[in-house]
Amino acid sequence: MGERASTSERLSKDQIAAMIADDIPTGAFVNLGIGQPTLVADHLDLERGVVLHTENGMLGMGRAAVGDEVDPDLINAGKIPVVETPGASYFHHADSFAMMRGGHLDVCVLGAFQVAVNGDLANWHTGAPDAIPAVGGAMDLAIGAKDVFVMMTLFGKDGSSKLVRECTYPLTGVACVSRVYTDHGVFEITPAGVRLREAYGATADELRHRTGLDLL
Amino acid sequence: MTTVLERPGAEGAATAADEAVADVPDGATVLIGGFGAAGQPVELIDALRRRGARDLTVVNNNAGNGDTGLAALLATGAVRKMVCSFPRQSDSWVFDDLYRSGRIELEVVPQGNLAERMRAAGAGIGAFFSPTGVGTPLAEGKEERTIDGRRYVLEMPIRGDYALVKAHVADRVGNLVYRKTARNFGPVMATAATTTVVQVSRVVETGELDPEVVVTPGIYVDRVVVTHG
Repeated sequence: MGERASTSERLSKDQIAAMIADDIPTGAFVNLGIGQPTLVADHLDLERGVVLHTENGMLGMGRAAVGDEVDPDLINAGKIPVVETPGASYFHHADSFAMMRGGHLDVCVLGAFQVAVNGDLANWHTGAPDAIPAVGGAMDLAIGAKDVFVMMTLFGKDGSSKLVRECTYPLTGVACVSRVYTDHGVFEITPAGVRLREAYGATADELRHRTGLDLL
Repeated sequence: MTTVLERPGAEGAATAADEAVADVPDGATVLIGGFGAAGQPVELIDALRRRGARDLTVVNNNAGNGDTGLAALLATGAVRKMVCSFPRQSDSWVFDDLYRSGRIELEVVPQGNLAERMRAAGAGIGAFFSPTGVGTPLAEGKEERTIDGRRYVLEMPIRGDYALVKAHVADRVGNLVYRKTARNFGPVMATAATTTVVQVSRVVETGELDPEVVVTPGIYVDRVVVTHG
Protein backbone atom coordinates (compact mmCIF):
# COMPACT_ATOMS: atom_id res chain seq x y z
CA MET A 1 0.00 0.00 0.00
CA GLY A 2 2.90 2.43 -0.61
CA GLU A 3 4.87 4.30 2.02
CA ARG A 4 3.22 5.15 5.29
CA ALA A 5 1.61 8.58 5.27
CA SER A 6 3.04 11.15 7.65
CA THR A 7 0.65 13.56 9.35
CA SER A 8 3.19 16.37 8.93
CA GLU A 9 2.88 16.36 5.15
CA ARG A 10 0.00 16.52 2.70
CA LEU A 11 -0.91 13.24 1.06
CA SER A 12 0.18 12.63 -2.53
CA LYS A 13 -2.37 11.50 -5.11
CA ASP A 14 -1.01 7.97 -4.80
CA GLN A 15 -1.32 8.02 -1.01
CA ILE A 16 -4.93 9.21 -1.28
CA ALA A 17 -5.61 6.45 -3.81
CA ALA A 18 -4.00 3.86 -1.51
CA MET A 19 -6.16 5.06 1.41
CA ILE A 20 -9.33 4.71 -0.68
CA ALA A 21 -8.25 1.24 -1.82
CA ASP A 22 -7.74 0.22 1.83
CA ASP A 23 -11.28 1.34 2.68
CA ILE A 24 -12.95 -0.63 -0.10
CA PRO A 25 -14.48 -3.77 1.41
CA THR A 26 -13.55 -7.28 0.32
CA GLY A 27 -15.71 -8.50 -2.56
CA ALA A 28 -17.11 -5.05 -3.34
CA PHE A 29 -18.42 -4.03 -6.77
CA VAL A 30 -16.74 -0.72 -7.52
CA ASN A 31 -16.87 1.97 -10.20
CA LEU A 32 -13.87 4.28 -10.51
CA GLY A 33 -14.62 7.60 -12.21
CA ILE A 34 -12.58 9.13 -15.01
CA GLY A 35 -9.35 10.94 -14.09
CA GLN A 36 -7.71 10.72 -10.65
CA PRO A 37 -10.02 7.99 -9.27
CA THR A 38 -8.55 5.53 -11.79
CA LEU A 39 -5.35 5.63 -9.67
CA VAL A 40 -7.22 3.64 -7.01
CA ALA A 41 -7.08 0.58 -9.31
CA ASP A 42 -3.28 0.47 -8.92
CA HIS A 43 -3.66 -0.01 -5.16
CA LEU A 44 -6.47 -2.56 -5.09
CA ASP A 45 -5.46 -6.00 -3.97
CA LEU A 46 -7.30 -8.17 -6.49
CA GLU A 47 -6.93 -11.19 -4.19
CA ARG A 48 -9.61 -9.53 -2.08
CA GLY A 49 -12.01 -10.05 -4.97
CA VAL A 50 -12.93 -6.43 -5.69
CA VAL A 51 -14.79 -6.32 -9.03
CA LEU A 52 -14.49 -3.20 -11.17
CA HIS A 53 -17.52 -1.95 -13.12
CA THR A 54 -17.18 0.32 -16.12
CA GLU A 55 -20.39 2.08 -17.16
CA ASN A 56 -19.89 1.43 -20.85
CA GLY A 57 -20.88 -2.15 -20.14
CA MET A 58 -18.50 -4.42 -18.26
CA LEU A 59 -17.91 -6.03 -14.89
CA GLY A 60 -14.50 -7.50 -14.18
CA MET A 61 -12.52 -4.78 -15.88
CA GLY A 62 -8.76 -5.26 -15.65
CA ARG A 63 -5.76 -2.97 -15.96
CA ALA A 64 -4.88 -0.77 -18.95
CA ALA A 65 -4.01 -2.81 -22.05
CA VAL A 66 -0.46 -2.73 -23.41
CA GLY A 67 1.00 -3.68 -26.80
CA ASP A 68 -0.87 -6.51 -28.50
CA GLU A 69 -3.56 -6.50 -25.81
CA VAL A 70 -5.02 -3.25 -27.16
CA ASP A 71 -8.46 -3.94 -28.67
CA PRO A 72 -10.56 -0.95 -29.85
CA ASP A 73 -13.70 -2.87 -28.83
CA LEU A 74 -12.53 -3.16 -25.20
CA ILE A 75 -12.29 0.23 -23.50
CA ASN A 76 -13.20 1.80 -20.18
CA ALA A 77 -15.40 4.82 -19.50
CA GLY A 78 -12.42 7.09 -20.14
CA LYS A 79 -12.11 5.41 -23.58
CA ILE A 80 -8.75 3.87 -22.57
CA PRO A 81 -8.11 0.29 -23.81
CA VAL A 82 -8.23 -2.19 -20.92
CA VAL A 83 -8.09 -5.98 -20.46
CA GLU A 84 -10.75 -8.33 -19.09
CA THR A 85 -10.24 -10.45 -15.97
CA PRO A 86 -11.49 -14.03 -15.44
CA GLY A 87 -15.20 -13.90 -14.62
CA ALA A 88 -15.77 -10.71 -16.58
CA SER A 89 -19.12 -10.02 -18.24
CA TYR A 90 -20.42 -7.59 -20.85
CA PHE A 91 -23.85 -5.96 -20.99
CA HIS A 92 -25.59 -3.10 -22.76
CA HIS A 93 -25.92 0.45 -21.50
CA ALA A 94 -29.45 0.21 -20.09
CA ASP A 95 -28.37 -2.81 -18.00
CA SER A 96 -25.16 -1.09 -16.94
CA PHE A 97 -27.02 1.92 -15.59
CA ALA A 98 -29.81 -0.21 -14.10
CA MET A 99 -27.01 -1.85 -12.12
CA MET A 100 -26.04 1.57 -10.73
CA ARG A 101 -29.44 3.11 -10.26
CA GLY A 102 -30.75 -0.10 -8.74
CA GLY A 103 -28.22 0.13 -5.91
CA HIS A 104 -26.15 -2.91 -6.88
CA LEU A 105 -22.78 -1.16 -6.85
CA ASP A 106 -21.14 -0.89 -3.44
CA VAL A 107 -18.78 2.01 -4.04
CA CYS A 108 -18.04 4.59 -6.67
CA VAL A 109 -15.12 7.01 -6.54
CA LEU A 110 -15.58 10.36 -8.27
CA GLY A 111 -13.64 13.58 -8.69
CA ALA A 112 -15.31 16.85 -7.68
CA PHE A 113 -15.26 20.63 -8.06
CA GLN A 114 -17.11 21.01 -4.77
CA VAL A 115 -18.72 18.89 -2.05
CA ALA A 116 -21.11 20.44 0.48
CA VAL A 117 -21.32 19.49 4.16
CA ASN A 118 -24.65 17.73 3.51
CA GLY A 119 -23.07 15.56 0.80
CA ASP A 120 -24.22 17.57 -2.24
CA LEU A 121 -21.83 16.99 -5.15
CA ALA A 122 -20.82 19.34 -7.97
CA ASN A 123 -18.49 17.77 -10.52
CA TRP A 124 -19.89 18.18 -14.03
CA HIS A 125 -20.21 21.84 -14.95
CA THR A 126 -18.55 25.03 -13.79
CA GLY A 127 -21.52 27.07 -14.94
CA ALA A 128 -19.20 29.25 -17.06
CA PRO A 129 -21.23 30.80 -19.90
CA ASP A 130 -18.95 29.56 -22.70
CA ALA A 131 -18.59 26.02 -21.30
CA ILE A 132 -20.21 23.19 -23.27
CA PRO A 133 -22.17 21.14 -20.73
CA ALA A 134 -21.26 17.43 -20.61
CA VAL A 135 -22.40 15.09 -17.86
CA GLY A 136 -21.79 11.51 -18.99
CA GLY A 137 -22.60 9.01 -16.23
CA ALA A 138 -21.73 11.24 -13.28
CA MET A 139 -25.31 11.92 -12.17
CA ASP A 140 -26.26 8.25 -12.39
CA LEU A 141 -23.20 7.19 -10.39
CA ALA A 142 -23.73 9.90 -7.79
CA ILE A 143 -27.21 8.71 -6.88
CA GLY A 144 -26.72 5.03 -7.65
CA ALA A 145 -23.81 3.59 -5.70
CA LYS A 146 -24.38 2.66 -2.04
CA ASP A 147 -21.31 4.68 -1.05
CA VAL A 148 -20.01 7.62 -3.04
CA PHE A 149 -16.40 8.51 -2.28
CA VAL A 150 -14.92 11.71 -3.63
CA MET A 151 -11.21 12.09 -4.37
CA MET A 152 -9.98 15.67 -4.70
CA THR A 153 -7.55 18.26 -3.34
CA LEU A 154 -9.08 20.08 -0.39
CA PHE A 155 -8.22 23.52 -1.75
CA GLY A 156 -8.47 24.91 -5.27
CA LYS A 157 -5.62 26.68 -7.07
CA ASP A 158 -6.89 29.99 -5.67
CA GLY A 159 -6.73 28.59 -2.13
CA SER A 160 -10.50 28.36 -1.65
CA SER A 161 -11.93 25.27 0.04
CA LYS A 162 -13.68 22.74 -2.22
CA LEU A 163 -15.47 21.35 0.82
CA VAL A 164 -18.15 24.00 1.33
CA ARG A 165 -21.27 24.88 3.28
CA GLU A 166 -23.26 25.02 0.04
CA CYS A 167 -22.16 24.30 -3.54
CA THR A 168 -22.00 27.31 -5.85
CA TYR A 169 -21.45 25.18 -8.98
CA PRO A 170 -24.42 23.36 -10.59
CA LEU A 171 -25.14 20.11 -8.72
CA THR A 172 -24.49 16.57 -9.93
CA GLY A 173 -26.42 14.96 -7.09
CA VAL A 174 -28.15 15.90 -3.84
CA ALA A 175 -26.81 14.62 -0.49
CA CYS A 176 -25.07 11.69 -2.17
CA VAL A 177 -21.43 11.80 -0.99
CA SER A 178 -20.45 9.73 2.03
CA ARG A 179 -16.70 10.44 2.26
CA VAL A 180 -14.25 12.95 0.82
CA TYR A 181 -10.63 11.82 0.45
CA THR A 182 -8.25 14.76 0.14
CA ASP A 183 -4.57 15.65 0.43
CA HIS A 184 -5.34 16.97 3.94
CA GLY A 185 -7.21 13.90 5.15
CA VAL A 186 -10.50 12.05 4.99
CA PHE A 187 -13.77 13.84 5.72
CA GLU A 188 -16.80 11.72 6.61
CA ILE A 189 -20.21 13.21 5.85
CA THR A 190 -22.49 12.23 8.75
CA PRO A 191 -25.94 13.38 9.86
CA ALA A 192 -24.22 15.12 12.81
CA GLY A 193 -21.81 17.00 10.53
CA VAL A 194 -18.46 16.54 8.82
CA ARG A 195 -15.97 14.42 10.76
CA LEU A 196 -12.26 14.75 9.98
CA ARG A 197 -10.66 11.33 10.35
CA GLU A 198 -7.02 12.46 10.51
CA ALA A 199 -5.32 15.66 9.36
CA TYR A 200 -2.28 15.75 7.09
CA GLY A 201 -0.07 18.75 6.34
CA ALA A 202 -2.03 20.99 8.72
CA THR A 203 -3.66 20.68 12.12
CA ALA A 204 -7.39 20.10 12.46
CA ASP A 205 -7.74 23.64 13.78
CA GLU A 206 -5.90 25.09 10.79
CA LEU A 207 -8.24 23.15 8.50
CA ARG A 208 -11.28 24.46 10.43
CA HIS A 209 -9.97 27.96 9.90
CA ARG A 210 -9.10 27.57 6.21
CA THR A 211 -12.35 25.76 5.27
CA GLY A 212 -14.52 27.92 7.53
CA LEU A 213 -16.33 24.73 8.58
CA ASP A 214 -17.11 23.25 12.00
CA LEU A 215 -15.36 19.92 11.68
CA LEU A 216 -16.14 17.21 14.21
CA MET B 1 -38.45 -9.48 -41.85
CA THR B 2 -34.74 -8.79 -42.06
CA THR B 3 -33.00 -7.89 -45.33
CA VAL B 4 -29.30 -8.79 -45.57
CA LEU B 5 -27.32 -6.53 -47.92
CA GLU B 6 -24.03 -8.15 -48.81
CA ARG B 7 -21.84 -7.08 -51.75
CA PRO B 8 -18.26 -8.13 -52.40
CA GLY B 9 -15.38 -5.81 -51.54
CA ALA B 10 -15.11 -2.46 -49.79
CA GLU B 11 -16.93 -0.64 -52.60
CA GLY B 12 -19.69 -3.22 -52.46
CA ALA B 13 -20.05 -2.70 -48.72
CA ALA B 14 -20.35 1.05 -49.27
CA THR B 15 -23.03 0.50 -51.92
CA ALA B 16 -24.91 -1.82 -49.55
CA ALA B 17 -24.70 0.81 -46.79
CA ASP B 18 -26.00 3.47 -49.20
CA GLU B 19 -28.96 1.24 -50.06
CA ALA B 20 -29.66 0.59 -46.38
CA VAL B 21 -30.10 4.29 -45.54
CA ALA B 22 -31.47 5.48 -48.90
CA ASP B 23 -34.93 6.23 -47.45
CA VAL B 24 -33.85 8.32 -44.43
CA PRO B 25 -35.83 11.56 -44.94
CA ASP B 26 -35.08 15.14 -43.96
CA GLY B 27 -36.06 15.80 -40.35
CA ALA B 28 -35.57 12.19 -39.20
CA THR B 29 -34.48 11.26 -35.68
CA VAL B 30 -31.55 8.86 -35.98
CA LEU B 31 -30.20 6.85 -33.04
CA ILE B 32 -26.51 6.14 -33.63
CA GLY B 33 -24.72 3.53 -31.52
CA GLY B 34 -21.23 3.72 -30.11
CA PHE B 35 -19.33 4.98 -27.09
CA GLY B 36 -16.52 7.03 -28.55
CA ALA B 37 -15.17 4.86 -31.37
CA ALA B 38 -16.21 1.50 -29.83
CA GLY B 39 -19.36 0.30 -31.55
CA GLN B 40 -19.63 3.37 -33.78
CA PRO B 41 -21.23 2.24 -37.09
CA VAL B 42 -18.85 4.31 -39.22
CA GLU B 43 -19.78 2.77 -42.60
CA LEU B 44 -23.49 3.46 -41.99
CA ILE B 45 -22.80 7.01 -40.78
CA ASP B 46 -20.71 7.64 -43.92
CA ALA B 47 -23.62 6.37 -46.01
CA LEU B 48 -26.01 8.67 -44.16
CA ARG B 49 -23.65 11.57 -44.88
CA ARG B 50 -23.64 10.66 -48.60
CA ARG B 51 -27.43 10.36 -48.52
CA GLY B 52 -27.57 14.08 -47.76
CA ALA B 53 -30.71 14.17 -45.61
CA ARG B 54 -30.92 17.46 -43.68
CA ASP B 55 -32.42 18.75 -40.45
CA LEU B 56 -31.64 15.52 -38.59
CA THR B 57 -31.86 14.91 -34.86
CA VAL B 58 -29.06 12.55 -33.84
CA VAL B 59 -28.91 10.62 -30.57
CA ASN B 60 -25.49 9.29 -29.54
CA ASN B 61 -23.52 9.16 -26.30
CA ASN B 62 -21.02 11.69 -27.64
CA ALA B 63 -20.98 14.32 -30.35
CA GLY B 64 -18.25 13.03 -32.63
CA ASN B 65 -14.52 12.49 -32.31
CA GLY B 66 -11.84 13.79 -34.67
CA ASP B 67 -12.95 14.31 -38.27
CA THR B 68 -14.46 10.93 -39.14
CA GLY B 69 -17.73 9.07 -38.53
CA LEU B 70 -20.26 11.14 -36.60
CA ALA B 71 -17.95 14.20 -36.64
CA ALA B 72 -17.86 14.07 -40.47
CA LEU B 73 -21.67 13.90 -40.56
CA LEU B 74 -21.93 16.90 -38.22
CA ALA B 75 -19.45 18.82 -40.36
CA THR B 76 -21.86 18.74 -43.34
CA GLY B 77 -24.42 20.74 -41.34
CA ALA B 78 -27.00 17.97 -41.77
CA VAL B 79 -27.74 17.73 -38.04
CA ARG B 80 -30.09 20.26 -36.46
CA LYS B 81 -30.01 18.82 -32.95
CA MET B 82 -27.70 16.55 -31.00
CA VAL B 83 -29.03 14.57 -28.02
CA CYS B 84 -26.15 13.12 -25.99
CA SER B 85 -24.59 12.75 -22.55
CA PHE B 86 -21.03 13.85 -23.20
CA PRO B 87 -20.39 16.17 -26.17
CA ARG B 88 -17.23 17.82 -24.87
CA GLN B 89 -14.04 15.85 -25.46
CA SER B 90 -10.46 16.66 -26.36
CA ASP B 91 -11.19 15.83 -30.01
CA SER B 92 -14.77 17.11 -30.42
CA TRP B 93 -13.74 20.26 -32.30
CA VAL B 94 -16.33 19.81 -35.09
CA PHE B 95 -19.22 19.83 -32.63
CA ASP B 96 -17.61 22.53 -30.45
CA ASP B 97 -17.43 24.93 -33.43
CA LEU B 98 -21.02 24.25 -34.51
CA TYR B 99 -22.30 24.72 -30.95
CA ARG B 100 -20.34 27.87 -30.19
CA SER B 101 -21.51 29.46 -33.44
CA GLY B 102 -25.13 28.54 -32.72
CA ARG B 103 -25.47 26.19 -35.68
CA ILE B 104 -26.56 23.13 -33.68
CA GLU B 105 -28.95 22.53 -30.78
CA LEU B 106 -27.84 20.42 -27.83
CA GLU B 107 -29.86 18.41 -25.32
CA VAL B 108 -27.58 17.01 -22.62
CA VAL B 109 -29.03 13.90 -20.94
CA PRO B 110 -27.40 11.92 -18.12
CA GLN B 111 -26.02 8.74 -19.69
CA GLY B 112 -28.27 6.33 -17.77
CA ASN B 113 -31.38 8.38 -18.50
CA LEU B 114 -30.39 8.47 -22.17
CA ALA B 115 -30.18 4.66 -22.29
CA GLU B 116 -33.36 4.18 -20.24
CA ARG B 117 -35.36 6.68 -22.31
CA MET B 118 -34.60 4.61 -25.40
CA ARG B 119 -35.26 1.38 -23.52
CA ALA B 120 -38.66 2.80 -22.54
CA ALA B 121 -39.47 3.67 -26.15
CA GLY B 122 -38.58 0.16 -27.28
CA ALA B 123 -40.52 -1.44 -24.42
CA GLY B 124 -43.70 0.59 -24.86
CA ILE B 125 -43.33 2.51 -21.60
CA GLY B 126 -45.07 5.91 -21.71
CA ALA B 127 -42.57 7.66 -19.38
CA PHE B 128 -40.75 6.78 -16.16
CA PHE B 129 -39.57 8.33 -12.91
CA SER B 130 -35.77 8.37 -12.50
CA PRO B 131 -33.76 9.41 -9.44
CA THR B 132 -30.92 10.55 -11.70
CA GLY B 133 -30.62 14.32 -12.05
CA VAL B 134 -32.94 15.24 -9.17
CA GLY B 135 -32.03 18.69 -7.81
CA THR B 136 -29.72 19.47 -10.74
CA PRO B 137 -30.11 21.86 -13.70
CA LEU B 138 -30.92 18.87 -15.95
CA ALA B 139 -34.16 18.25 -14.02
CA GLU B 140 -35.40 21.84 -14.26
CA GLY B 141 -38.93 22.09 -15.58
CA LYS B 142 -39.53 18.35 -15.25
CA GLU B 143 -42.31 16.84 -13.18
CA GLU B 144 -41.00 15.60 -9.85
CA ARG B 145 -42.48 13.05 -7.50
CA THR B 146 -41.49 11.57 -4.14
CA ILE B 147 -41.99 7.81 -3.92
CA ASP B 148 -41.22 5.99 -0.66
CA GLY B 149 -39.31 9.05 0.54
CA ARG B 150 -37.07 9.32 -2.51
CA ARG B 151 -37.26 12.06 -5.14
CA TYR B 152 -37.65 11.21 -8.83
CA VAL B 153 -38.05 13.18 -12.09
CA LEU B 154 -40.27 12.23 -15.00
CA GLU B 155 -38.32 11.21 -18.09
CA MET B 156 -39.90 10.76 -21.52
CA PRO B 157 -39.04 8.02 -24.03
CA ILE B 158 -36.74 8.74 -26.97
CA ARG B 159 -37.98 7.04 -30.12
CA GLY B 160 -35.97 6.95 -33.32
CA ASP B 161 -37.16 6.87 -36.91
CA TYR B 162 -33.93 5.01 -37.65
CA ALA B 163 -31.27 3.31 -35.55
CA LEU B 164 -27.78 2.77 -36.94
CA VAL B 165 -26.00 0.09 -34.93
CA LYS B 166 -22.74 -1.84 -35.17
CA ALA B 167 -22.78 -5.48 -34.09
CA HIS B 168 -20.22 -8.24 -34.62
CA VAL B 169 -22.03 -11.17 -36.26
CA ALA B 170 -25.58 -11.53 -37.61
CA ASP B 171 -27.42 -14.50 -39.01
CA ARG B 172 -29.80 -14.19 -41.94
CA VAL B 173 -32.85 -13.58 -39.76
CA GLY B 174 -31.15 -10.65 -38.04
CA ASN B 175 -30.12 -12.21 -34.72
CA LEU B 176 -27.09 -10.33 -33.44
CA VAL B 177 -24.10 -10.83 -31.19
CA TYR B 178 -21.79 -8.00 -30.26
CA ARG B 179 -18.13 -7.77 -29.30
CA LYS B 180 -16.93 -6.69 -25.82
CA THR B 181 -17.68 -3.08 -24.83
CA ALA B 182 -18.63 -2.23 -28.43
CA ARG B 183 -22.07 -3.56 -27.44
CA ASN B 184 -22.86 -0.38 -25.43
CA PHE B 185 -26.01 1.33 -26.81
CA GLY B 186 -26.60 -1.10 -29.71
CA PRO B 187 -29.13 -3.51 -28.17
CA VAL B 188 -31.20 -0.67 -26.68
CA MET B 189 -31.22 1.48 -29.82
CA ALA B 190 -32.17 -1.54 -31.94
CA THR B 191 -35.43 -1.80 -29.99
CA ALA B 192 -36.27 1.91 -30.07
CA ALA B 193 -36.44 2.77 -33.78
CA THR B 194 -39.03 2.24 -36.49
CA THR B 195 -36.28 1.01 -38.83
CA THR B 196 -33.12 -0.56 -37.40
CA VAL B 197 -30.10 -0.81 -39.67
CA VAL B 198 -27.13 -2.86 -38.44
CA GLN B 199 -23.63 -3.22 -39.79
CA VAL B 200 -21.74 -6.41 -38.98
CA SER B 201 -18.32 -7.82 -39.77
CA ARG B 202 -19.75 -11.17 -40.76
CA VAL B 203 -23.05 -12.86 -41.52
CA VAL B 204 -23.56 -16.56 -40.81
CA GLU B 205 -26.22 -18.97 -41.98
CA THR B 206 -29.41 -19.13 -39.93
CA GLY B 207 -28.97 -21.75 -37.24
CA GLU B 208 -25.26 -21.14 -36.78
CA LEU B 209 -25.69 -18.71 -33.88
CA ASP B 210 -26.35 -20.40 -30.55
CA PRO B 211 -29.84 -19.14 -29.53
CA GLU B 212 -28.56 -18.96 -25.93
CA VAL B 213 -26.02 -16.27 -26.80
CA VAL B 214 -28.10 -14.08 -29.12
CA VAL B 215 -28.12 -10.57 -27.62
CA THR B 216 -30.48 -8.82 -30.04
CA PRO B 217 -33.20 -11.05 -31.49
CA GLY B 218 -33.90 -10.52 -35.18
CA ILE B 219 -37.39 -9.13 -34.50
CA TYR B 220 -35.72 -5.77 -33.85
CA VAL B 221 -33.53 -5.79 -36.96
CA ASP B 222 -34.73 -4.58 -40.38
CA ARG B 223 -31.55 -4.34 -42.45
CA VAL B 224 -28.12 -5.89 -42.08
CA VAL B 225 -25.11 -4.55 -43.99
CA VAL B 226 -21.98 -6.70 -44.10
CA THR B 227 -18.82 -4.57 -43.93
CA HIS B 228 -16.20 -7.36 -43.84
CA GLY B 229 -14.12 -5.89 -41.05
